[in-house]
Amino acid sequence: MARSVTTQRKTINTTIAWIIGLLIFFPILWTILTSFKTEAQAINDPPLFLFFDWTTENYATVMERSNYARFLWNSIVIAGGSTLLGIIIAVPAAWSMAFVPSKRTKDILLWMLSTKMLPAVGVLYPIYLLCIRLGVLDNRVALVIILMLINLPIIVWMLYTYFREIPGEILEAARMDGATLKEEILYVLTPMAIPGIASTLLLNFILAWNEAFWTLNLTAAQAAPLTAFIASYSSPEGLFYAKLSAASTMAIAPILILGWFSQKQLVRGLTFGAVK
Amino acid sequence: MATKASRSAARLMMAPAVILLLGWMLVPLTMTLWFSFRTYLPLRGGDQGWTGFDNYVRFVTSSSFWPAVSTTLIIVTGVLAITIALGVLLAILLDQPMWGQGVVRILVIAPFFVMPTVSALVWKNIFMDPTNGLFAHLWRFFGADPVSWLSNAATPSIILIVSWQWLPFATLILLTAIQSLDSEQLEAAEMDGASPLARFFYITLPHLSRAITIVLLIQTIFLLAIFAEIFVTTGGAFGTRTLSYLIFQRVLESQNIGLGSAGGVYAIILANIVAIFLMRIVGKNLDT
Repeated sequence: MARSVTTQRKTINTTIAWIIGLLIFFPILWTILTSFKTEAQAINDPPLFLFFDWTTENYATVMERSNYARFLWNSIVIAGGSTLLGIIIAVPAAWSMAFVPSKRTKDILLWMLSTKMLPAVGVLYPIYLLCIRLGVLDNRVALVIILMLINLPIIVWMLYTYFREIPGEILEAARMDGATLKEEILYVLTPMAIPGIASTLLLNFILAWNEAFWTLNLTAAQAAPLTAFIASYSSPEGLFYAKLSAASTMAIAPILILGWFSQKQLVRGLTFGAVK
Repeated sequence: MATKASRSAARLMMAPAVILLLGWMLVPLTMTLWFSFRTYLPLRGGDQGWTGFDNYVRFVTSSSFWPAVSTTLIIVTGVLAITIALGVLLAILLDQPMWGQGVVRILVIAPFFVMPTVSALVWKNIFMDPTNGLFAHLWRFFGADPVSWLSNAATPSIILIVSWQWLPFATLILLTAIQSLDSEQLEAAEMDGASPLARFFYITLPHLSRAITIVLLIQTIFLLAIFAEIFVTTGGAFGTRTLSYLIFQRVLESQNIGLGSAGGVYAIILANIVAIFLMRIVGKNLDT
């Protein structure tokens, strides 16, 4: 039975929560606001909150001056490509672990997870060297493969937890009715698995989009995604606050929106099913 | 019942993922181990042969090793303390009845989705810049001298930035855990006259202990590896060189591969110690 709550207490809760929420969100809000100011207004003392001449010129400048479209495209290709490739490899693996478990399934899952714990810096040089030898330093395909590999454990793991929630009886019933393995996967399993696959896709796209170790260390002018593009603003050019803010806003806006849809998957995906 | 045929099919379906991850783990790891026993300076004479455990000894006896260890410890424990303490409080707050709960949740979670280079750069310039940063404006407004955050208080500044990024993660997981707490238990305790503080320490906190452990372990693994935040803000200067950053500098900046690889092996061992505890919890959960 839910407790009845006095309006007064609810008002206090609401006030405190909103103040804290806005405080935490403030850096993002401020960045978005600054992106619409002129450079002079951006560093005005006292700071201007809402009453300034709103302008979109920073966005235009960033777009034309810095080849923004190419960095954006690289981000989309790298994050999207690695996620899709990962799903293609992980679906069969997760399917077999969920529906035909063996004694070793648990060990394999835990081992996969342990590869995720490998500190990237520990294998930085070997990967760097392999990329040079294979001539794929600063190459999008190389990054697609590397990011796929670092996220593969999470993808397998998430899909496994989703697949395990599909009742096995349904599969047995399909088999009794004479469905072949192919039909079973195509007509019975896939429709039930699609929500789980979509959630996995979403979370891993976000993780790959924001990945900032390999993308910073293995790219230069050609394959650099938005993470590296933004890092290039830490040079003196970064002193142009309004342009920096416009570039930042463009880099984070799509992911903020996607991220808000993926709150639940975040818990499942990053705690490996240990917190539900 | 799984048939023999479906078992071998299952094995076949698992193969690509297993083989790829095995390669991804073994090949670079073997190379790191190999390099760690050699004097390897690509820009100054290349591979100069076997040196035994020299690199391992030199890595821990170099003057930058212990400062890096203490910086790492300070940043990791600082961020853990802040995110878990505030995370518990925020989770309890967000669990209370209120208006606009969904929107507040979204506001609180947002920083987690900001890419690390953006948050580092925004904090560095727009907030912490000693001339034009928002903090400088605020300090001047109160008649104080603006602080050069990232040079005079570099480590606390980085702790602040990283905590801001990870607080949403802790909050979200603790909130999920708190929502599974049986509210009747709290009501019963309240009727028996337990004070809010007693209810927190004897019911809520014990209920959260498992989730807190998980947050602690997962965050530790990620925090040991923070890179972009330091790369963008201080580049490892002003006492912010962590162990992973030190290894990065040895490998890519001074191109001393042998020494860097030995450091890398230490980092791998350290991460594995944390990972073992995490695996135990996750593994137990798999059985249920």
